[in-house]
Formats: sequence, C-alpha cells, structure tokens
Amino acid sequence: MPAGAGPGGAVAVAGESGVATRMSAPPSYDVADFPVPHGREEEWRFTPLERLRGLHDGTAAAAGSIKVDVTAPEGVTVTTVGREDPRVGKAGVPVDRLAAQAYSSFEKATVVSVPAEAVLTEPVRLALHGEGGATFGHTVFEVGAFAEVVLVVDHTGEGLRAANVEFLVGEGAKVTFVSVQDWADTAVHCSQHSVLIGRNASFKSVVVTFGGDLVRLHPRVSFAGPGGEAEMYGLYFTADGQHHEHRLVIDHTAPNCRSNVAYKGALQGERAHAVWVGDVVIRTQATGTDTYELNRNLVLTDGARVDSVPNLEIETGEIVGAGHASATGRFEDEQLFYLMARGIPAAEARRLVVRGFFAELVQQIGVSDVEERLIAKVEAELEASIA
Amino acid sequence: MATLEIHDLHVSVEGESGPREILRGVDLTVKQGETHAIMGPNGSGKSTLAYSLAGHPKYTVTGGSVTLDGEDVLAMSVDERARAGLFLAMQYPVEVPGVSVSNFLRTSATAVRGEAPRLRTWVKEVKEAMERLEMDPAFAERNVNEGFSGGEKKRHEILQLELLKPKVAILDETDSGLDIDALRIVSEGVNRVRETGEVGTLLITHYTRILRYITPDHVHVFAAGRVVESGGPELADKLESEGYEQYTKGGAS
Repeated sequence: MPAGAGPGGAVAVAGESGVATRMSAPPSYDVADFPVPHGREEEWRFTPLERLRGLHDGTAAAAGSIKVDVTAPEGVTVTTVGREDPRVGKAGVPVDRLAAQAYSSFEKATVVSVPAEAVLTEPVRLALHGEGGATFGHTVFEVGAFAEVVLVVDHTGEGLRAANVEFLVGEGAKVTFVSVQDWADTAVHCSQHSVLIGRNASFKSVVVTFGGDLVRLHPRVSFAGPGGEAEMYGLYFTADGQHHEHRLVIDHTAPNCRSNVAYKGALQGERAHAVWVGDVVIRTQATGTDTYELNRNLVLTDGARVDSVPNLEIETGEIVGAGHASATGRFEDEQLFYLMARGIPAAEARRLVVRGFFAELVQQIGVSDVEERLIAKVEAELEASIA
Repeated sequence: MATLEIHDLHVSVEGESGPREILRGVDLTVKQGETHAIMGPNGSGKSTLAYSLAGHPKYTVTGGSVTLDGEDVLAMSVDERARAGLFLAMQYPVEVPGVSVSNFLRTSATAVRGEAPRLRTWVKEVKEAMERLEMDPAFAERNVNEGFSGGEKKRHEILQLELLKPKVAILDETDSGLDIDALRIVSEGVNRVRETGEVGTLLITHYTRILRYITPDHVHVFAAGRVVESGGPELADKLESEGYEQYTKGGAS
C-alpha cells in the first residue's frame, strides 16, 4: 500500500459512472496518484489554482498551526489515532488531489465516537481556529446505530487548511452536521466530507460559508443500506473577491433512499465568485430513490459571478422521483427603488432581501437552536458586509 | 401645514436616440388636506411626474424645483423623500422575493417613523388596517407582491398609505386594473386617509371613474408634459363627456 493509504476496498465509492469519470483521476488515498491540476480539468475549471497557495501542487508545507477545541457531552469519546486505524478512510476515498494531499499529509486523525442508541441533547462541538500556515486534518465522526446527535464544526482564523471529514452513520441513526466557514479574509480551506449513511439512518448537513479568500468544499454522500436519508443544506454569502465553491455528490448506491439538496447563496462586490456543482447519481440497484436538488443565487451588485451546475444521472427507471433546479437572480434596481420609496435605506433594503432569501432555507433545517444560531450568524454577516 | 410645491419641472429619460424630454415645465402646488386629480391621455407624462417626485433613477431632472415645506426634495435620495413624507402608490408594485409583507411593513414603518413601532400596538394597527381593506390575515405572511392579483397589489399599496401616514400621497393610476368592488375598497381606504386632513393627495388617473368615489378639490389636465388646464371637479365632468382630444390635437408640444 502506498504511503497514506487507508484500508481501501471495503467501501464502494463512485466508481466508473459518468459522474466519477468526469474526475480527471480515480479516487485514491495517495496524492501521488493525482497529477498536479492545470485548471482545465472538469473538477478544477472554476477554481483559481494560484489562490490555493500550493495546497494543490505539494508546495504548501505542513508547517502551520490550528487550534482545536472539542466540546463533547458525556458518553462521546474523542480519540486521536493514526492512519492505520480501521475507521480512518472508511466512509470515502479522496476524489481529488487536494483531499488526497490532506490524506497523505495529516499526522493524527481525530475520531469522535457516539455510542449506539445515545440520544444527545447537547451538540458535539469542534472549534478550529487557524493560526496561520498550512495544516492538514482528518476527522472521523462515528455515530452508532440509533444514536441521535448534532455535530458542529466552526472554522475561524487564518491559514491554509485541507482536510477530510468522514461520517460513519450507523443503522437508524440521526445526525445533524453543521459546518460554519467563518474564516478571516485571507484563509484558504478545502475539505472533502465523506458520508456513509447506514440502513434507515438520516444525515442532515448544514454548510454555512461566509469567510475566507477561497473555500472549496466537497460533500459526498453514499448509502450503505436501504432506507437512508440525506438532507444537504448550504448557505453562502460571497463578497468582494471571495471564491466559494461547493461541490456535492449524492451517490444513490442503495434502494429506497431519499436525498434533498438545497444550497442558497448571495453575492456582492467585484470578483465575488460562487460555484455550486450538484451531482446526483442513481445506481442501477437504487430503485425507489427519491431525490431533489436545488441551487439559488441572488446577485446583489454588478461584478459578481455565479457558476451553478446541477447534474443528474439515472441508471434505473424504477424511482419515486428525481429533479433539480438552479436559478440565479439579480436584486433588481426596481426592487431597491420600491423598498427605498418606503423609507428604507439602500443598505437596509439589501439586508432585508438577503435575510428573506436565506430565511426560507433556514426554516427548512428543523433544528431550532441551529436555526437561531444561523439567523444570528446571517444577521452579523449582513451587518458587517452590507453597510 | 405641509405643502408640496412643484415649479417649472423639466424631466428627461434616456432614449435610444439620446435624452428625451417628458416633463416640460410642470407647475403644481399641493397642500395638506387637499386632493388634486391629474388627468391626461396616455403618454402625457403623468406617471413620469409621479416617479420623478419619488426619485426613480430612470428619470433625470433637467430643470425646475420641487420642495416639501421648503425642503429641496430633488436633493434627497429616494428613501429620504419617503421619510420626509412623500408616498408613491405605484401603478406596478414590484415583487420582492423572500421578504414577507409583515416584515416589509414593519421595516418601512420603522424607517419612516424614525423608531420601531411598539410590537403590540403595531400588530393591532396592521390587523385593523388590513380588515378595513378586506384583506385576508394570511396576506401578511406572503412575500411582497409575489403572486398578488392586481387588486391585491393595489390594496397592499393603500395599506402602506394608511400605515405610513405621509404628508403628500401620490397615487399613480391606483384605479387601473381594479374591478368595481376592489375600486370601492381601495377608494374608501384613500378617503379614510384624506379625512384625517393630514395628507395632500395627488391622484393620477386616466379615467374619471375613480373620481366617483374620491372627490377632488382640484382637477388638472395634463398633456405633453405639463398642466394645460386647471379647475374644480366640474373639469372632470367635462373630460368625461368630451375626452382629451381638444388637448392633444394640434400637438400641445
């Protein structure tokens, strides 16, 4: 096995299908299996490679530091393990050079285990605060059968961060995962989320990206058994010069599973760039699948750019439903005029519209303290960025 | 007493072949408590007058003055004009996705009044105003103007008029697209505001039918970008029987 390889072979990930083959190299734990991207590959064509500051070509040395605070309620165990631990690399294999670089470069993985049948009323929190330089991380959330938990990961501070986050969701478990990217304006963050959903389990992901110079997240879901459910929500506010990229893959590998993806983003300012790619694959065996994905963008000012690419590949006709929607709208001068004609100042009018735009999504999340926190976060972001 | 004074107002829009002058020297004074009807044929510049007063960026003022109680309205931004006491009920209210009517009303009332209305009295105030306009309470949770029927949009405009209590209200073709019941409800709303004696009303309309419900103190005929004749309510009757032809033929421009 090459350096950095995981147990491999145990889990089927997107193999030979169309979506997978659009990647320029097959999944691998070893960074050496991926050529350095030049920018014209399908998975890299939206990403400004130079702003990855060496994360993509091996020149970013793992010399940085990041502070990690873990708050875990009783019953949850948090351990640090080496890459030989059988839980590491089990939920998914790195699919691009960045994830493989992170996999090949991390020193110790953090494994957070929630025992079977534990119903936790308090969330497990990981607060990551970058203190500059490049760091490579690996986190595994292992949630036992029929357990219920909310996992919150906050990212703040500066530096370069490449990581893999894995989720092993046991049979019948209910997991809500909140990832907040609230980095300083200089930070670069690339992360692959690999989620393996057990039989009749449900996984809800809420990705909130406000900060950073470049954030590129790659949430990937596959199903280990029938009856699973994935709800993937995302919210991004991309301002002057920021690049926010969210690339989702929902791989329906088992029958009778349901998935719902809804990402919404607001953009403002010169060279603000948001990318959303949503791939859904329904495998031959995944009969009874019900899936929908949606991406909505609201462009508040001139100079911002959105790329929104939904893809749906269906290998069986025996499904309940499959659909997608993507739309990018502008906050029109007429809307601004209407609100201002009612005495509302321009900045407040923009905030009102963005707040409303996001509120629809936040209300779907269905976890009240997560919703409240998000609304507060959106408010703070709006206060800071639309003045 | 609040007074809106429009003096020799000239306004242009950017056309395909350069700027085109639409308003050509409008003179008009509207005092608090008065109702002025501005009537004129299509294309005479009535709506341009309404939008120019509100400060729509599409229109460029090239001459003249507009003051509200001596304050230079033309120097104010759109929101400042509204906070100064100008209100434009629009002919085509704009959809604002994601913003509920109740949130919108409260935000604008807060802006115009300079402080957030107290929640308890506010809820009651909105509820009662909506009842008077025969609006379903569920309306408050819909997004502003999104999927509203023509009648709903106009009721929503008048609801704002009642809640924001401006000094001068400009109603731009509020009667267009209304069936007879909606016209009555909307007119009653306007009359309630007028009866307070606190508002000067500029009622812009093509047809005389709304004047059966709202009796103006003054009627002005608008043609080719300015007021060409002024009189009392009897002028509307004359227009009803004779039409606008005498003002348009021979090219008033």
